[in-house]
Order: sequence, then C-alpha cells, then structure tokens
Amino acid sequence: MPYPDNLKELIKKVEATRKSRMEQVKRGEHFPILDAVGREAILKKYHPDYIQGAKRELRIGKNKGSIVPNEVADLLESRPLVDINKIDLQDVDYDVDVLIIGGGGAGSAAALIAEENGVSVLIATKLRHGDANTMMAEGGIQAADKPDDSPAMHYLDTLGGGHFDNDPQLIKALALEAPKAVKWLEGLGVMFDKDAEGTMKTLLGAGTSRKRMHSAGDMTGAEIMRTLRDEVKNRKDTIKVIEFSPAIELVLDENGKCAGAVLQNLETGELLLVRAKAVIIATGGFGRLHLQGFPTTNHYGATADGLVLCYRAGCSLRYMDASQFHPTGVIFPEQNVGLLITEKVRGSGAEIVNIDGEQFVYPLEPRDIESSAIIRECLDRKKGVTTPTGRLGVWLDSPMIEISKGEGSVKSLFPAKYKQFMRHGIDISKEPMLVYPTLHYQNGGVTINERAESEVPNLFVAGEASGGVHGRNRLMGNSLLDIIVFGCRAGENAAIKSKDAAQGKLSLMHIKEYNNMLDKAGIKTDRVSPMILPDYAGKIG
Amino acid sequence: MKNKTKGLIPIYIMGKEYKVPATLTIMKALEYAGYKFIRGCGCRGGVCGACATVYRLPDSYKINVGLACQTVIIENMYLTQIPFYPANKALYNVEKLTGAAEEILRLYPEIARCLCCNTCARACPQDLEAMDYIQAALRGDIEKAAKLSFECIMCGLCASRCPAEIVHYNVGLLCRRLYSKYLTKEAKDLAERVKEIKEGKYDKQVDELVDMSKDKLRKLYAERVTVE
Repeated sequence: MPYPDNLKELIKKVEATRKSRMEQVKRGEHFPILDAVGREAILKKYHPDYIQGAKRELRIGKNKGSIVPNEVADLLESRPLVDINKIDLQDVDYDVDVLIIGGGGAGSAAALIAEENGVSVLIATKLRHGDANTMMAEGGIQAADKPDDSPAMHYLDTLGGGHFDNDPQLIKALALEAPKAVKWLEGLGVMFDKDAEGTMKTLLGAGTSRKRMHSAGDMTGAEIMRTLRDEVKNRKDTIKVIEFSPAIELVLDENGKCAGAVLQNLETGELLLVRAKAVIIATGGFGRLHLQGFPTTNHYGATADGLVLCYRAGCSLRYMDASQFHPTGVIFPEQNVGLLITEKVRGSGAEIVNIDGEQFVYPLEPRDIESSAIIRECLDRKKGVTTPTGRLGVWLDSPMIEISKGEGSVKSLFPAKYKQFMRHGIDISKEPMLVYPTLHYQNGGVTINERAESEVPNLFVAGEASGGVHGRNRLMGNSLLDIIVFGCRAGENAAIKSKDAAQGKLSLMHIKEYNNMLDKAGIKTDRVSPMILPDYAGKIG
Repeated sequence: MKNKTKGLIPIYIMGKEYKVPATLTIMKALEYAGYKFIRGCGCRGGVCGACATVYRLPDSYKINVGLACQTVIIENMYLTQIPFYPANKALYNVEKLTGAAEEILRLYPEIARCLCCNTCARACPQDLEAMDYIQAALRGDIEKAAKLSFECIMCGLCASRCPAEIVHYNVGLLCRRLYSKYLTKEAKDLAERVKEIKEGKYDKQVDELVDMSKDKLRKLYAERVTVE
C-alpha cells in the first residue's frame, strides 16, 4: 500500500531539511563519524547483541561454557531428527569423492573447483539449487583492484570492521585472493557494472576506506548465483545435484574422519546415505531463527543446519555471540517487512534521518554502529516514525540520490528495489523509505583454517556457516567475497584430500555420544534439530 | 473456524476456501491457512523466482500470474503455485563459445518459433520485455538481450505461458554470460592486480599486518583516510 496521509505529512519534514542537507554534502561536510570510544559506548548500550537474557551458556560440546543466542543454544541442545539406530550404514545410496552440503554460492563455487581437480562431486541441497542468501545479496563484492587501493587496506578495513577479532590468516586469504575471485567471476560471464573501457565501477561501502565494491546493479548476488548455477548445470556429467534433500547428520568413519552424511528427501521422508571421502558444509546462516523475534532479510532455508551437524561431529564454533543486524530493513509496507535495502543506497548518497528530518548518524558507519544509532534514535530519543501496524523506524532518504545523480538514477541504480516498492505504490525516487535494523548475518560459525578445514579431519566449511573471517561484524561486500574465496578453497582442498583418504568403517557413534552428553548434562528436552525449515503454518511469518 | 473474525476475506487455494487477513501476500496467506512450504517458497523477497503462482478471479476467464511473496491477495481469488517446471536448458562449455551472433540460435533453435504474441512479457512479474529480448537474441543482438533480461529472476512464468515453448530465462542467461565474457572489455585494473598479487607484490605489506599487535592495528585503523 502507498504511504497513508499521516506518513505523507511526515515526509514533508524530510523534504524540508533535504535541501540544506544536500548543500552540506556539496561542501564536502558530513555528520561526524564516531570515534572508537563513541562506537564502543553506543554498541554496548543499544546493539541487540548486548540485550540481557537473550543469550545463555552452552552446556555441552566443544564450546561448553560459551555464550550463544538462546535460539542457537536450543538448536545445539536438541536430539537428532531421526533415530540413528534405524540407519543402516551398510546400505550406501551414493558413493562420491566430495560431498557438498548446500547449493548456494559457496557450495556451487566449491563444486566447480573440486570438479576441475578431477574428482566426482555431489551437491545435496535442502531446497532448489541456488536457493540461498547469495541470491539475495544486493550491493556488491569487495576486491582491492583500483590503483589507489591495496589488499593491505582491504585487510585493515575488514579487521577494523570486525572489531579486530578476525582470524588473521583468514583475512589474509580473503584480501589477497579477492581480485582473483572477481576475475574468476568475470571469466564465467558475470555481468558486472563496467564502463565502456571495461573498468569496473566501484563504490564505497560502509567501513571501507576505498571504492572497492563491485556490483551488478542491485542484484549482484543473484547475478553471481545464477551464473554459478548455470555453470554447475553445464557440468552435469561430473557434478550431480540432489535438490530438496537436506543433510540431517554427518557420518564419520571409525577413525573420526568425516566420511559422508545422511540426507532426508523432504518430500518422501526417505533417508539416503552418502559416503564421501571429504565433505564440505556450505549451508549458510541462521536468520530464520529470528533471534529475539527480529524480522530477517534471510532466505527461507537459513536455519543453521550446518552448525548443528558440525557441532555434533566435534567442531568448535567461533563468535556465535555476535550477530549482524542490517541497519536498513524495510518496515513499510507490511508485505516487504524485513526486506533488505542494500547499503549501496547509502553509498550512493542517501542519508538516514529521524521523524523531524534531522540526521543523527553518519550514514556509512559499520553496520553494527549504524544499527545501534537507529535503535537509540527510536527507543531512547523517541524520534522514530511509527507505521500503521505499530512498527518503529527512521527514514532512508533515497530521493537525495535522484537529485544529486540526476533523474532516473534511482531506477537505474536500484532496479529491483524500485520495482519492489512501485508494486505497492511507493516511488522511492521521490519518497523516502522507512527502515529499522533487521537480522541479517551470522558473523560467527564453525572454526576453520585458511584451507577451509574444520577441526574434524576431511570436513570443510565455507561461507556463512564458517566463523572467523569476519570477526564480530562483517563488512558489506565481504560475504559474496567470502563464499567465492573460501568456496573455491574448500573445493580445491577437499578434492586434494579426497584423493589420499583412507577410509575406515562408517560410524554414527558421535551422535550416540552427543545424546549421552545431553543426558549427562541433565538436558531433558523433546526438541529435535536440525530445524530444516521454519514453521509459519497458522501464523503470519 | 476463523471465518467469523473481522477483516478476513475468502480465497480459494487449489479450489478450497480459506478465510485470511486481507493485507497478506499470497505466500503469507497460504501459511496463515496452515500450509508449510517445501516447494514454492524461497527468498520471500521477490528475487529468487521460487514462488510462481497462477490465479483467476471469479467472473473472469483470465488467468493471472504473479509471485506469491509479492502479490497481495484479492478476495475470492482462485490460486495455485507452479512448484516445478520441466524447462529445457542447453548444455554448453562457455569457454568454447565466442559470443558470435549465431550461437544463441544454435543452442536454442526454438527461439525461431517465437510468434511475437507478447504473452511472455505479460506474464513477467518483473515487467521485463521478454518478447523483445527473445527477438533481440534471434537477431543476434546479444547485448540488447543481455541488458533487457538482466532483472530476470528465472521464475519460469514466461516459459509456462509461451505457445512456442521457448524458455526465455535460459536464453537471457546465456546472452548475459556471452555479453559479459566476450562482448565487453576485460577489466584492466583487475587483471593487473591479480598479476601483481601472484608475483607476491603485496605479501610483505599484508604479512606485516598479520604479525602486528592489536594496539598498533587499532592506531593504524583509526588514522586511515577514506578516499571518496
């Protein structure tokens, strides 16, 4: 629905301050950027990560004693989905070199590279091939390729954004391999935004000090995903894809090496046993757990299945206490609630203003800082705008882009978003958008090294399911990069590993032991996991 | 029964009546009615193409199409989803193609059957000029086909309605890959940087950061200047 009259009245206040704000931009001035002390203070007071009672200590497993969100603890302190005694480990349905669990960007990149290393590959995916957060990533992919930029600067930006907790070896790989990753995508035929000379158009992202955001309209992830998927399909003789078949447990061998997985056909319920010499988890993140009841930008399948599988198999997790709330999730119209408004909108010149049309934060602070400032403005300073359904948010002044970059620029820079709002009678080149932080990204995940190996032999993890690359807060454009760099690394290293893997008898002892741990810790529950899909039946999801 | 509550309207999911809140999208209405999706649901944000839906309103013969996650329900609509469509996709080695005009027609000869009826464009939830890009592909204008199809979400509604059985979205995808790979210039900065990295030009700089104390890194980070 279009903006109702009372919101249209409020938009006039945004329009009233727009001219002077734009003049300020022209003079090269901007709202003060917070210093380190200011950032720390606002985070601790307003960021959802610091809300009392939203987290608890894990009682079992490698991270016993670690603090994680309640929703994650619930999943990890759950019983297996099926009675493992019913699984016949002699009856192998698929025998492959490399099994990849997850058919998003990381899984597809891993499959292509593993295949190029001469091994047989099976992708098992919960929904369709390509159903993943990759598809929804809008703004871009970072790579330090411009003359005024360098991998070292990319490293430093990433580390600062991650609050200096990123794993140094992982960001070294990320920053040094970024140009190669983008070059690989260019070679596959991804339609990047370029000028007539072939030079990539690059933009600033929040928390980056150079213009290194490469984009394909505002559908960068979709363009990458559909190209990777097409390429996987073209290699159908060597890469097999099984859709609607999530993994529900990992299988180890008697020596503790990862040796396959149990899949479940979502439509028939049938269990399928895959024996593999190496396994890659590329299952994505946890947005659909709706931490603290927050809406999410995430795909329907983002239920952290891989975390559960890896944890039961003996992996440790890193930084699961740090969740990313994207500062600009849609709160109006109701049909679009939780949808992402890419940071590229702010990168292109749109400011964030309160109910009186006043700026209260530099628009390109790192995501956690920007989110905290919006929460403070709404909850503490009471300067938020209330929607007809009672949601609270602030204005994202997109018409500024139209004015500074010329008529038609909002539509050409953000074709998908323009369309999504026009469907509901809102022209974002003329009217600002209403936004509030929304659950966006799992900053942490399964511990890996720079070869994308977990602590369980022959088990690799890539993309959002892994932890350490982004420290406690990921920068824009680093997740599309992460899935390509570490997807490729996982594919290559898993292929190499699979060639000399001596495999013992298949075993599910680790599940029995996990069950025993739950008993010993006195955890009495009828919860089961992995979740597979969120359940909105009978509710408004 | 929930049908006595105010603000609910009837819709017919595969012919069966349900009363649901009037403001919901088709996707949320199906869930409200008690469905739990396996197929027909993906990003829930209009970009993945999983939730193609066909519907008809009473008193009309017309079949309408839309994305379940983006279309708000209409009173008395009869609807069903298209969970899967057995569409044709040509297999090719992109390295062995050249971007020559005739390659599209060779891989997808059925585009020559296009009747110019424009049903595809009318079925497109993204409002793309699907017929125009098929015609561009047929003429060998790969650039135009690539650009016109860029916002395609591959939901398959065009193909499901096409009397010539063309799979528009796969043709568009091939055009975009060929255009990007062969018909635009390679990014020079990027190629140069990849080469420099391979030669080890940046290893020392990065390794210094890897070994640096957190205090020093914090200082360096705070002092860095953003180039706008």
